[in-house]
Amino acid sequence: MNEKERLSGYKGEALAAIRKAEVEIGDLIRITRNSEIHEGILIPRSEYGDKKHVIIKLKSGYNIGIRITPNTKIERTGKGTKPTFTQPPSLKQNPKLPKIAIISTGGTIASRVDYRTGAVRPALTASDLYSVVPELTKIAQLDAQILFSLLSENITPKHWTEMAKAVSNHILKGVDGVVIAHGTDTMGYTAAALTFSLQSLPVPVILVGSQRSADRPSSDAATNLIGAVVAAAKVPFAEVSVAMHESTSDSSIILHRGAKVRKCHTSRRDAFKSVNASSLARVQEQRIIMLTEKYRKRDLTRKLDLKPEFNEKVALVKFYPGMNPAIVDWYVKKEYRGIILEGTGLGHVGSFFYEAIRNAVEHNVVVGMTSQCIWGRVGMNVYGQGRDLLALGVIALEDMLPETATVKLMWIFGQTRDVEEAKTLLKTNVAGEISSRTLAEK
Amino acid sequence: MEIDYEKIGLKVGLEIHQQLDTSTKLFCNCEPKLFKEEPEITFLRRLRPTQSELGQIDPAAYFEFQKGLRILYEAERATSCLVEMDEEPPHPLNRQAVEITLTAALLMNAEPVDEIHVMRKAVIDGSNTTGFQRTCVIALHGEVKVGQKTVPILHVSLEEDAARKTGEEEGNIIHYRIDRLGIPLIEVATAPVIKSPTEAKEVALAIGGVLRATGKAKRGLGTIRQDLNISITDGGLVEIKGVQELELLPLVVKYEVQRQLGLVKISEELRARGMGEDIIEKEFFNVTDVFKQTKCRVLCKALEKNQQILALKLPKFRDIIKQELMPGFRLGTEMADRARFWGRVGGIFHTDELPAYGITADEVEKLGEAVEAEDQDAVVFVADNSENAEDALEAVVERAREAIKGVPDETRAPKPDGTTRYMRPRPGAARMYPETDIPPIQITEDDVERISSKLPELPKQKLERLMKEYKLNKKLAGQVLDSKYSLLFETIVKESKVSSTTVAAFLTETLKALKRDRVEIDKISEYQFRKVFGKIGAGELVKEALPDIIDWLSKNENKGVQEAIENLGLKIMSEIELRALIGKVIEENRKLIQEHHEDSFGILMSIVMNKLRGRVNAALVSKILKEKLKVAE
Repeated sequence: MNEKERLSGYKGEALAAIRKAEVEIGDLIRITRNSEIHEGILIPRSEYGDKKHVIIKLKSGYNIGIRITPNTKIERTGKGTKPTFTQPPSLKQNPKLPKIAIISTGGTIASRVDYRTGAVRPALTASDLYSVVPELTKIAQLDAQILFSLLSENITPKHWTEMAKAVSNHILKGVDGVVIAHGTDTMGYTAAALTFSLQSLPVPVILVGSQRSADRPSSDAATNLIGAVVAAAKVPFAEVSVAMHESTSDSSIILHRGAKVRKCHTSRRDAFKSVNASSLARVQEQRIIMLTEKYRKRDLTRKLDLKPEFNEKVALVKFYPGMNPAIVDWYVKKEYRGIILEGTGLGHVGSFFYEAIRNAVEHNVVVGMTSQCIWGRVGMNVYGQGRDLLALGVIALEDMLPETATVKLMWIFGQTRDVEEAKTLLKTNVAGEISSRTLAEK
Repeated sequence: MEIDYEKIGLKVGLEIHQQLDTSTKLFCNCEPKLFKEEPEITFLRRLRPTQSELGQIDPAAYFEFQKGLRILYEAERATSCLVEMDEEPPHPLNRQAVEITLTAALLMNAEPVDEIHVMRKAVIDGSNTTGFQRTCVIALHGEVKVGQKTVPILHVSLEEDAARKTGEEEGNIIHYRIDRLGIPLIEVATAPVIKSPTEAKEVALAIGGVLRATGKAKRGLGTIRQDLNISITDGGLVEIKGVQELELLPLVVKYEVQRQLGLVKISEELRARGMGEDIIEKEFFNVTDVFKQTKCRVLCKALEKNQQILALKLPKFRDIIKQELMPGFRLGTEMADRARFWGRVGGIFHTDELPAYGITADEVEKLGEAVEAEDQDAVVFVADNSENAEDALEAVVERAREAIKGVPDETRAPKPDGTTRYMRPRPGAARMYPETDIPPIQITEDDVERISSKLPELPKQKLERLMKEYKLNKKLAGQVLDSKYSLLFETIVKESKVSSTTVAAFLTETLKALKRDRVEIDKISEYQFRKVFGKIGAGELVKEALPDIIDWLSKNENKGVQEAIENLGLKIMSEIELRALIGKVIEENRKLIQEHHEDSFGILMSIVMNKLRGRVNAALVSKILKEKLKVAE
């Protein structure tokens, strides 16, 4: 199978029929089977499609699949025309506007559709972005960079390191803010990672994603992107934050603190929530409304403290009734440096887990406790079970999100090999990941 | 004037959209039902035109977007979930809807596709929360017989119905209710072979009959909608979207033909006057001063709000703008429609209709001077803020230029009187791309065979069978066929042994009359109908009691037939009780009987029946009364 055929997605009988007819994707073809005749443009097959059907786009615009049988004949009636996409004229940057770097890591924050084949083409350059989201020309001068093209579940701590370095480079060049386009699934983890690795930030770093793909008219991508760029250009704070829809409406974008944000819904636009913390600010009609008074002020003269290293030998373990403690032994054997437990309620695991934990602590593994309740603070002095765990050497991690605690411990072991120092750091509020007060929800 | 439709080359194509009566919506498990109450949930969205690879965007859509159009969606939890809110990916295609569509397609001899691919058709007027309508072709190349003619069916598709507009647009916000969004719709598109207004209705009727034959077509206003594309030889291709009443179809076609003929005539006239498109200039004059002292109320209001009056000269258009194209509809109306759409103004004024509306001859003259109009010219003006006024006049210029060319291709919306109004420019080629969230569905030969083997009867066959098998006259059989109870009719007759004519008359005429009296028939389940007739068949109830029982059941939704009978005191009277009662009536009316002899029967009959309506069989009353009268004589 050659490259072109591979890209067509066809396999088996369907591929054989196409090969025999010497037709390519985009060609106008006629398919005859008994008395039935269908004409249309040959369309690529999804990789999950079966081997028996050929897809054509009818003149009406509809796609249909036609089954290939021994008496099906395909012939080419016209050569396909390559889509002639004329690059939009490059728009002038307004030198008076703030300079914003946009780092793309994957997903499509902006794209166009090829209605002829159904292909979706991402907009990647600054001028592409301008042409798809023209509102941006009036907000900032953009410097667009494609760092990766990754689905967010394929992002690892190594990518966090790269991202932190890329942000640092842009800051050294003197931008007024940085926007990072990111797939939403692990955006919360990345936000936490950047919060720890980009310390003493002079300008804001805003992560942004979309819950509806950018090829749809109803996509939240453009609104979120505009909100993120406005935030990067205008917010008074210099922190890592996530910009997404505040509600199901398109009316406002909310900025969450990088260490306090979590994806809490599989599909809604407002999937991201600030947990155990107030959101930072709201962007409405391109204006910033601050929601907290406590933040690090934007200051171009401040020197960024870049600490981009992470150690992947840290595990997140969610406890459940009847769980086999051998999993903890396995991590110890594999020389993991730290384990974050996602315990029940105020921070508990069953007593059948104690032995494994004792063994881990004896092997110098740092064990921290968070809660699978997500909301609230662990309180390990309330019940005997909690006090037992503390006595075993488990560290209570206050109101830290389990995911944030995991990322933090990875980052800590990227900075130090000293277990005692690591324990101290884990307990210390480094970048807003621990709050001393738990406030009633608004 | 009679129009020779053949001669002017009329070609009409129909697209029939019929809601299906499925248990859930097309792409989620919500109940396909509308709600009347205040919405529980509202949310505000914008739809951004996506650029195609070729850089094209729908001009009307882009215009709306630039104007900052926002859509306020209204929802209620019983009829919408996150899918309709575009907050959750669609669930797989509703199989029941596919089967119904296949049934309809096979009834029209169409060829099912081997694999169904759901597409997204870009629609960004707000009627779909996603910005596209999900649609798929189920079958191709069918036909329906209409009289002697065979009308080719281009395709039979299945699509999701759109959200429905509620209220008027206010301050760039339009309201849509998403209860209707996602209700399955069958779309049947004919080739443009219809040659006359009446034929349009006949074809629609025939297709509607086939769709109803599936037994799964929803009924009631708004459940079937017709789109028409209409062209004549020298005219344009005009699409009229969403005609809800069948009766209106011939009129819509007739008026559209009139409109196109009128526009062709106007175009000829303008050209005869030496007009070319480039003669109309986009030059707008601020004539606010001319109307400083005006008595015209509309203008006064605008001036109070500090708005401007902008005017445009249309060279050689004098007496053209007022030419009538449809009843109450002139070229000026067409210009005003455009101005309203593109400029969001309330309307326009033009000199063909002036002086009037409080505007004096003197003001008209000064207006002419201000724009340097000559005798043959017309002047159009509008009062609003300068942005809207300019957009409105630009739209008028555009429409005037088109008037020189002839009939513009456009999409129009029907009005209740059969005339139409401008809706938007005709979209280019359908902008469709695959709905990647829904896997393709294969239609196997087994599927086709299974459905083919149990196809319902076509309307014509069924009519003949109803007449033959149930001895119904043609009128009653036709009524049963058209009613949504045609299946129930047969069940009841077979189960209850009540006479078929009684059942048929009840399910059609009686129910219609009750409905007119605002009895909510839809609340009665088929089971309840069967039960009631069962009791009549068993002699426990008389048919005269039917209306009262149905009325009671509709008002007491969770109650049963037996409770209705007890509550209404309709329990059939025993013969002994009846004999006693009749005896008593005769006793009370001795004098009357002596005076009237035989004629007294009718009077006594009505006295008894009035007392006992719904509790006795009239034939039995008559028998007993006759016996007793004989004895009494």
